[in-house]
Order: sequence, then structure tokens, then C-alpha cells
Amino acid sequence: MSMTHEVVISLMIVIGATFALIGSWGLVKLPDLMTRLHAPTKATTLGVGGALLASMIYFMALEGKMSIHELLISLFLFLTAPITANFLGKAYLHHYVDPEKALPPARGKYGWSTFVAAPEEESDAD
Amino acid sequence: MIGYALAFGFSAISLALLFNLWRLACGPTMTDRVLAVDTMVTNTIALIVLFGIDQGTTMYFEAALLFAMFGFVSTVAYCKFLLRGDVIE
Repeated sequence: MSMTHEVVISLMIVIGATFALIGSWGLVKLPDLMTRLHAPTKATTLGVGGALLASMIYFMALEGKMSIHELLISLFLFLTAPITANFLGKAYLHHYVDPEKALPPARGKYGWSTFVAAPEEESDAD
Repeated sequence: MIGYALAFGFSAISLALLFNLWRLACGPTMTDRVLAVDTMVTNTIALIVLFGIDQGTTMYFEAALLFAMFGFVSTVAYCKFLLRGDVIE
């Protein structure tokens, strides 16, 4: 393994681990759930992406062929992180937030879609 | 050089897991605890991948992939349970 490979792999590991640490520190430090959601979903996912990139380069340099396992994991994580964040925010809104007081009035005709059921004629149309 | 980077990576991610554990233990709301578990799963995937580099074997990718899938499914199931009081209606 060449020196360049080693430097790049070490840099990726250090960057990834630092991002994971920053994400978890944000989870401890930030004041309430809606702000806390930002830290793990962005920083920690990026940290895992860095570790997976390091692993990909390492095994490519070691065995001489490309492996796509890591790409699969990082693709899966990058796809699922926003979904879990959205779901957690929805659960939090429905349990701990009073929409009358905490949320600004919706500009449309019907109000916030997560609290108001779909209007009748729209659901009949499709 | 990779050895030092791996040592730093292991200690940083272990510290991150401790932070998550603290949030899991005294998160004020249920959603905080679910978020802490989800972050722990993500950090564990990073730990498994770094362990795979340390051991020089590609055997651990399948474990990491399984962790990713089960982490996602369990978080969605927890959120569904919090929202509806039931997982499969």
C-alpha cells in the first residue's frame, strides 16, 4: 500500500470520526428535540459516510478490486436518515406541541396537513 | 499511520456512544430516546466498519448492512407506535 493511500485513508477515518463525535455532542448540547434532530441526522450520517469511504479505499488498495458493499450501506443510510428525522419530528409535534400556540397559522385553505385530515372532495377525486 | 487514525476513530466514536447513552438515559421526551437509539445504531455501524479495517477483513460489511436496515425499521416502528399506539394496524 502506497503512502498516498495511507494518508487518504487516515484522513477519511479522522474526518468521519470527528463528524460522528460532533453529531453526538450536538445531541447532548442542543436545547429541544426539533433542534436536536439536526445534529445526528446530518453530522453523524456524514461521519459514517467518511468511515465507509475510508473502508472502501482501504480494501480497494489491499485487494486491488472495487467493492460496492460500503456504497450500499452509505446509500441506504443517506436514504433513510431524512425519513427517520421526518417521522420523529411528526411524532414530537403530535405528542408535545400544541398547534394552536406553537405553530404559525397555515397560509393555505386547510391548515397544517399533519394535523388536519385531507378534505373530502379531494380524496373523492382520486 | 492508519493505526493511529484507527485509535483516534475508535475513541471518538466510543465517546460519541457515551453521549448518546446519556441522552438515552435522561432525554426528557420519548422521541428524544428514540433519536438517541437511532444515533447509537449509526455510530455502531461506523464502529463496525472501523473494526473491519482494523482486522483487515471484509466479513463485517454484512453485519453493518444488517445494523443499518434493522436500525431504520426499528426507528420507524417506534415512531409509528408513538403516533398511533400500535405498530401494525
